Amino acid sequence: MAVKSLIKYEVERDPDFAQWVSHVIGGERIRNCIQCGLCSASCPLSPYMDFTPRRLMHMAREGFKRDVLGSFTIWLCTSCYSCTVECPRRIRVTDIMYALKRRAIEDGVYPRRFPIPVLASEFRGMIRRNGRVTETWLVFLVFMKTAILRLLGMSKLGTKLLLTGRMGILPETIRDRKQLQNLLDDVEAHRKEVAA
Amino acid sequence: MEAGKGHLRIGVYVCHCGTNIAATVDVKAVADYAATLPGVVVARDYKYMCSDPGQELIRQDIEEQNLNRVVVASCSPLLHEETFRGAVAKGGLNPFCFQMVNIREHDSWVHQDHQKATEKAIALVRAAVRRVAFHKPLVKKRVSIHPDVLIVGGGIAGIHAALTLANAGKHVYLVEREPTIGGNMAKFDKTFPTLDCAACILTPKMTAVIKHPNITLWTLSEVTQVQGYVGNFEVAVTRHPRYIDEDLCVGCLECIEGCVYKQAKVPDEFNLGLGKRKPIYISFPQAVPQIPVIDRETCIDFKSGRCKKTCIEACGDRHAVNLKQQPKLETIKVGAIILATGYQPFDARKLPEYGYGVYPNVYTAPEVERLINASGPTGGEVTLRDGRKPQAIGIIHCVGSRDENTNKWCSRVCCMYSLKLAHLLKERTGAEVYQFYIDMRAPGKAYEEFYHKLLEEGVHMIRGRVAEVTDWPMTKEEEGKLVMRAEDTLISFVRRIPVDMVVLSVGLVPQADASDVRRLFNISCSTEGWFLERHPKLAPVNTFTDGIFIAGACQAPKDIPDAVGQAGSAAAEAMVLIDTGYVEMEPNTAYILENECSGCKTCVPLCPYSAISFLGDKKVAQINEVLCKGCGTCVAACPSGSIKQNLFEDEEIFEEIQGVLA
Amino acid sequence: MKRYLYYPGCSLRGTGKAYEESLLAVFKALEIEMEELEDWNCCGATAYMSIDEVSSFALAGRNLAMAEKKNLDLLAPCSACFLVLNKAQRYIKEYPKVAQTLEHGFKAAGLEYHGTTKVRHPLDVLINDIGLERIKACIKKPLTGLKVAPYYGCQIVRPYATFDLMYYPVTMDKLLRAVGAEVVDYPLKTRCCGGSQKGTLPEVGLSLIHILLKEAHRREAHIVSTICPLCQFNLDAFQEEAGKKYGEISMPVVYFTQLLGLAFGFSPKELGLERNIVAAKQLLAKFAPAAA
Repeated sequence: MAVKSLIKYEVERDPDFAQWVSHVIGGERIRNCIQCGLCSASCPLSPYMDFTPRRLMHMAREGFKRDVLGSFTIWLCTSCYSCTVECPRRIRVTDIMYALKRRAIEDGVYPRRFPIPVLASEFRGMIRRNGRVTETWLVFLVFMKTAILRLLGMSKLGTKLLLTGRMGILPETIRDRKQLQNLLDDVEAHRKEVAA
Repeated sequence: MEAGKGHLRIGVYVCHCGTNIAATVDVKAVADYAATLPGVVVARDYKYMCSDPGQELIRQDIEEQNLNRVVVASCSPLLHEETFRGAVAKGGLNPFCFQMVNIREHDSWVHQDHQKATEKAIALVRAAVRRVAFHKPLVKKRVSIHPDVLIVGGGIAGIHAALTLANAGKHVYLVEREPTIGGNMAKFDKTFPTLDCAACILTPKMTAVIKHPNITLWTLSEVTQVQGYVGNFEVAVTRHPRYIDEDLCVGCLECIEGCVYKQAKVPDEFNLGLGKRKPIYISFPQAVPQIPVIDRETCIDFKSGRCKKTCIEACGDRHAVNLKQQPKLETIKVGAIILATGYQPFDARKLPEYGYGVYPNVYTAPEVERLINASGPTGGEVTLRDGRKPQAIGIIHCVGSRDENTNKWCSRVCCMYSLKLAHLLKERTGAEVYQFYIDMRAPGKAYEEFYHKLLEEGVHMIRGRVAEVTDWPMTKEEEGKLVMRAEDTLISFVRRIPVDMVVLSVGLVPQADASDVRRLFNISCSTEGWFLERHPKLAPVNTFTDGIFIAGACQAPKDIPDAVGQAGSAAAEAMVLIDTGYVEMEPNTAYILENECSGCKTCVPLCPYSAISFLGDKKVAQINEVLCKGCGTCVAACPSGSIKQNLFEDEEIFEEIQGVLA
Repeated sequence: MKRYLYYPGCSLRGTGKAYEESLLAVFKALEIEMEELEDWNCCGATAYMSIDEVSSFALAGRNLAMAEKKNLDLLAPCSACFLVLNKAQRYIKEYPKVAQTLEHGFKAAGLEYHGTTKVRHPLDVLINDIGLERIKACIKKPLTGLKVAPYYGCQIVRPYATFDLMYYPVTMDKLLRAVGAEVVDYPLKTRCCGGSQKGTLPEVGLSLIHILLKEAHRREAHIVSTICPLCQFNLDAFQEEAGKKYGEISMPVVYFTQLLGLAFGFSPKELGLERNIVAAKQLLAKFAPAAA
C-alpha cells in the first residue's frame, strides 16, 4: 500500500498561471464561478474525467498549473458547449478548455504519442500546406505517429470506406495557398498580443 | 434683515471633522482667509462642528456678535444641514440665512494634493460667503395630513400593516385584487422553521381584518389612479363585480352547491391549476370575505345567456346573487399609502432542461404545497399524475435564482422551503428524498437548527446543480423514471439519480405588473423590477416619494418574519405622518412673478411633478408650492425669466460662481 | 428567388459525400440557386482551435471575407463549419484585440473583412426561406410509416441557437413530418456523439455512440436522421463495433436531406444512400418503394 501525502502547499500555486487563465479569450469570468457543478453535470464526458470540469475550473483559477495541464480532462472535452450554455455565471468553460489545451501543447505537457495533440498538429500542418484537410490522410498520419497497430485493426472499416467512396485519395487543396499562408504567417507573428 | 453688503455680519466655521478634513485641507488657513473676506466678522475652525459644543459656538456667536448670516464648511448637507440650521435657529436667526459648504466629500475625500485641496476649500468658502449675503429668511410651509391610510395588497404584509394601524385607531382601506385576502401565504401548507400550519396562523389575522371597525376591506378591487401628494392623496379604486351582493351574502355557500355544473370543471387558480372549481366558487374554505365569486369567463349564463340559474334559487330568500352587478368606482382621500403587493413564483417553463410542462411528474414547489395541503386538490395525498405514490423524489434548488440566464438574485426563502418540503414529503410518502443544492442558506432564527433536523432525517443532500431531468435510461433501474444528472461536488463524482417526482424550488420574481403599479404610484423600481427603497440599509420601507411606503416581498424576496417586520415598520412610518398631523416642506420651491409672466405656458408641461397650472382668467401660470420639489426646470425654461426659485435666486447663484472663479 | 453561397467544408468532400449529394439534389428540386464559394479554405473545425485560436478565426475570416464580396448568404451544411464561422464572426466583433490582429493579417493577405456575411444552415433556409408549403409541393412519395429519431448533435444549437430552440430543436422534426415521416420523441437529440474522440480515445467515444443508438432503438425508431457529417460517421461507421461491445443494434443513420430527397422521388444512388456503412437502402425501400 503506497501511502502518499496529498496536501497542497502555497508554493505549489502558480499565480502567473492563475492570472493567465483569467485573461484568455472566454476566461474573463472564471472568478465568478460559484462551484455549482452544472458544467460537470451537463458534460457527457465528465464521467471519464480525472478532474470534473468544475473542479478543474477552481484549480485553474487558484493556479495549480501542473495538475490542470497534466489532467486528462482537457483532452476529453469535445467542445459540445453544454457547459457554456448552462453556466449560471456565464463562464465560457469550453473556451477555457481550448486555452488549456493550447497551453498544454505549447508547454509540451502530454504523454508522448498522445493522439489528440498529434491530431491537432497534423491538422494544422495540412491546412498550412494545402488550405483544406483530406480526412483519410489526416487519420492515416495520426495513427502512423501514435498507434500504428490500431491502424491495422481499422483495415476492415477502411475497406468499407473505400468501397463506399467515402475515402478521399487525392489531397484537397485550395488555389491561392500563398494568400492563406500570408494571412496565417502574419497572424501567428502578432497573436501573442491577444494573450491567447 | 437686509441683503446687501453694508449690513452684513457673517460667521464662518470651518470643521476639521477629526482628520477627515484636516488631514488634507489646512483648515486653519481656510478660516484665516475667511476672516479677511468683506462682511465676515468671525471665522473659526473647530474639531467637530456637528457636536454640541460646535453647535453652541454658532449659537453663542449669533447672540454675542449679532451675526445675521452663517456659513459652515464641513461635510455633506445630506448629513448635517438640518443640524446646523437647527443651531442657527437656536441662536435666534432664520435657519435659511445659512449656507453649508462641503469640503469633505467634495474636497478632502477626493483629492490628495494638500495645497490644491486647501485652495479649493478656500474658493468654495469664498463662494458661499458671497452667496449667503443674498439669502433671504424663509419659512417652511406646513401641509396637513389626511388621517386615513391606503394599503394595497392583502397578503401577510398588508394584513399586518392594516391591523397595526387599525389598532392604533387609524382608518385603513385595504385593497386586494383577488377575491380573498391571504396572498401567497394562504397557499402554503406549513411554514418553516416551526412547521406551523400556514392557514392556522394566518386566518385569525384575516378574520381580525374583516371584523375590525377601522378597516374597510375591498377585495376584487384595484387602484386605477393616484393623484396628489404626501398627506393628501386622492385615489380612484375600481371594485370589480363578484356578482354576489356582499351586504346580503351570509357565506352559506349554497349557491356553489346549487350550480348547474354538478362537477367542478374549471382549472382552479388557487390550486395552481392542479384542481378544479365551478364557475361560482370560493378560493379556499377560510377565504375572507367568505363570499363566493362568479367568474364570467366560464359561467354559462354570462357566456350564452341561457342558464337555469340554480345558484339564485339556492340562495333563496337572501337574494344575494346579482348577475347584473356593475363595477363600482370609489374615490378616497388618504394621507399615506403602503404598497404590499408581494411577489409571484418564477415560471419554470423558462428552464426547459428541467422538463416542466413536458414531463407530467415535474412540479414546482408551490404546486407541491397544494398537493400536501389537506384542503388542496388531492386532499393532502402526494401522488403522481397517474395516482401512484412516488418512491423517490428529487428537489432542485435555485430554479430561476442565482442564474445570469434568468434572475441573478438569491430568492432567500427557497433553501428553507425546500428543506420544509423535504420533511413534509418524506413524512407523507416515505419516499427517498434527494435535495440538490448549491449553498444551504439558513440565515434566520432557528433556521440552521431546522437544517440540522433535516440532516438527521436521512434526506440525501447532494451539493450540485442539476443539469437536466430526462427520461432516457442508462441502466435497468432507471427505466420508467425521471433521471436527474448532477455532480455531487462534495465527492467530485457525477451522479445519476432516478426519481419518480421532481420538485423545482422556484425563486421569487416581481409581480407581472410591478412596473405598471410603480408608475401608478410614482415610485421607482430597481433594475431587477422590485420596488425601490430609499436606502437599502437605513430606510427599507420608505420610497423616494414622500407618503408612500413599501413592505414585504414587493421590495425584495423575503420570508414571513421579515415581511411582518417590514409591515410593522411601514405602519409606524405612516403613523408618524398621521400623528404629527402635518408635514413640513423644504422652502426651495419655485414661484412665479405674476406681473412678469407672459402666459406662454412653456413651463406648464415641463414640470415632472405636475405642480404648475395655468390660470385661465388671469392668463398666468401658477405653481402649487406643496407639489413643487424645487427641481428648477421651469426656472431655467421660462423665456421671460419670471419664475424664480427660493434658495436658488439668480443673484445667489451668480455670486457663488463669481466666488469660485475669483 | 434567393441565391446562396455554398460552403461545403472538408467533410462534405470526404466522408460526408452523401450529405453534399443529397443536399444538392434536394435544393435543385426546390429550385434554390447555389454557387460554391470560390477557393474556400478549411474552417479549422475544433482541431485548429486547440493549437491557435486567433489563427482559427483567421481561417474562418478568409472565407467570410471572400463571401462578403458576393453579398450573398453563406450556406454551411456541416455543423462544425456552421459553428466556427458564426463564432469567428462574433468573437472578432466582441474582442477588439482579435479584430486588430486579424485586420493586420487580412491586409497582409489582401482581404477585406467587415463581418456582414450571414452564415446560414440548410435547416434554417428550408424552414424560413423556402417554407413547408413549397417543400410539400415537391413530394412524390411521402415517407408514411417511417419512424425517425431526429438527431441534431451539439454544434448547431450550442452555443448559438440562432434559428431553432436550444434544448428541444424542432426544425428538422418539422421538415421530416412535412414529408410524411413520423418523428419519434428523442430527448438525446442534442447530446454530443463524442466528435473525434472515437478516433483518439476509443472506449469513451464508443460509449457515447452507443448511448445514442440504444435510445433511438428503445424509442422504436427505424432510422436516425442527422445533420452533421461527423455525427453520421460516428453513428454509422462504428455501429458494428458498438454492437460487439454493448449488444447489437441495427439502425441505419442517414442525413435528413437524404430522407427529403427520397420523398422528392430521387433514387438512393442519387442521394448517396449507397455510401452508408449500415445499409439503409432495404429499410427505405419499404417506405419509398418507387424510388428504391
